[in-house]
Amino acid sequence: MLDFYGKKLTSRLFLGTAQYPSPTILEDAVKTSGAQVVTVSLRRESGEAKSGQTFWNMISDLGVHVLPNTAGCHTVKEAVTTAHMAREVFGTKWLKLEVISDNDTLCPDVLSLVEAARILVEDDFEVFPYTTEDLSIAGRLLDAGCKVLMPWGAPIGTGLGLNNIYGLKTMRAHFADVPLIIDAGLGLPSHAAHAAELGFDSVLVNTAIAKAGNPVAMAKAFSIAIEAGVMARTADPMEPRDMANPSTPVLGMASFT
Amino acid sequence: MIITIVGAGVMGLAIATELAERGVGIEVIDQAPGLGAHACSWYAGGMLSPWCEADMSEPPIVKFGQEAVSWWRKHISKVTERGSIVLAPSRDSAELNRFARRTQNHKSIDGNALAELEPDLAESFSKALYFADEAHINPRQALRDLSEKLLNHGIKIHYDTPLKDYVSKGKIINATGFNARIKLQDLRGVKGEALLLKTHEINITRPIRLMHPRFPVYIVPRGSGTYMIGATQIESEERSKITARSMVDLLNAAYTIHPAFGEAEVLEIGCDVRPAFPDNIPKLCWQGDTLHVNGLFRHGFLLAPACARMAADTILNPKHIPEFMDENYR
Repeated sequence: MLDFYGKKLTSRLFLGTAQYPSPTILEDAVKTSGAQVVTVSLRRESGEAKSGQTFWNMISDLGVHVLPNTAGCHTVKEAVTTAHMAREVFGTKWLKLEVISDNDTLCPDVLSLVEAARILVEDDFEVFPYTTEDLSIAGRLLDAGCKVLMPWGAPIGTGLGLNNIYGLKTMRAHFADVPLIIDAGLGLPSHAAHAAELGFDSVLVNTAIAKAGNPVAMAKAFSIAIEAGVMARTADPMEPRDMANPSTPVLGMASFT
Repeated sequence: MIITIVGAGVMGLAIATELAERGVGIEVIDQAPGLGAHACSWYAGGMLSPWCEADMSEPPIVKFGQEAVSWWRKHISKVTERGSIVLAPSRDSAELNRFARRTQNHKSIDGNALAELEPDLAESFSKALYFADEAHINPRQALRDLSEKLLNHGIKIHYDTPLKDYVSKGKIINATGFNARIKLQDLRGVKGEALLLKTHEINITRPIRLMHPRFPVYIVPRGSGTYMIGATQIESEERSKITARSMVDLLNAAYTIHPAFGEAEVLEIGCDVRPAFPDNIPKLCWQGDTLHVNGLFRHGFLLAPACARMAADTILNPKHIPEFMDENYR
């Protein structure tokens, strides 16, 4: 069973909650897919006046774990401020930490990420950092006290899938005992299946589901695909090879001479 | 029988118009001091674009939105029927493909065709979608026109009149938008921010929708060089302040559509919350002698005609409207 900071989960699909056509469709997507964790981004504007409370109540009423995130934060200070608001609003220590460097790629600012993670872990947060596949940064995040890592598949919202398979495989091998969640960039259920085949524990999906023509069906498709990937990995897949290898014996076949 | 309509925003005024035309005795009250920014209708874009809405809205919005153009044509002084255009910056062109796939009744056009429709846009965009049957109105003028028409029917709107101070003479239709929250527990507010800009450097004659990763941005011409730029869509019920980030987002969108908007004068900054139910679809529901008509979300002027017709139908001869009524209607 999956274990993130002591919380046991059976579903490997984390859902982002932005951009759905309506809260009802979001709710249906969560229920149909069986997702047990949803992420919610908090605008500091809404946090201050609690004016987003109605929407947050809807999220809380879904009865799943809420993983607040610091989406859109560009500095350590912004991220730390947002984290504190999130903890107050949602009453959870969990925090998906995003510190973004560049608006075109929404690439994590990994130096600020490590710094923010250190501050927040000291402050008793359970941090899920959104990072790249860089091993040294991953090591620093673990040193800072993170017990889960969230490497990107591809830039947020691109739907490109797993962009650096070599890097992700290396990361998986290097941190064999750390829960790893592919965050961002997935566009299709096959991408999620691939992540699971590579041994990643979970995937987080938002745009690919929320902006699908039928978000509920797409959520279900992602959850099935991840399970398929995990099942395939545990079934010990075949090794690829270059030359054809007939699956039925050639010897003894009738010959026509 | 006198029916009281509470709320003189677009929904209340449309219902009043519909009932007055059917010869029903009505009164209209509103707690605000007069027509203006107290109603979120004041900051509406005024696009009548049911087909575009198919991108992110449920089928009933598209279906009933198609009643809007003819209703408004009959009831207000000006409906501009020049269609609408959807554009994407080249980096977001995949979004335009998706939009085309999810919507109907449009034509893909190239730069030359765009130049014929909107010469000022052709320099920056070489691909667009053209929704020829869509239209737009000026919401503030529309509210004034409806009020005036009601006066012609002998119906004066009683402003400064909250419902609690009012002794009703029969059935009530509550069309008070987000203010009905106390009665409608699952109603929520979705914040929208908009800007009114003025520039004579360019001339755009129909609504332009720009693909944007987070919310649908549009520019609606209001005549005399003024343009409404809207609207953000934030799950927040704060209704009075626009953030710098929203302003940047809106201005960036305008600037992307045409750089001349960078030199435009900012005439007005608007902000309010739209009433929405969890499925973002309007609802008609009875509570005692009160019929609530609410939850028009981003579609006030688009759906007010259909909702007004349904409200009038059901208050005169109660019936079930499956799209906009729950099973447990009275």
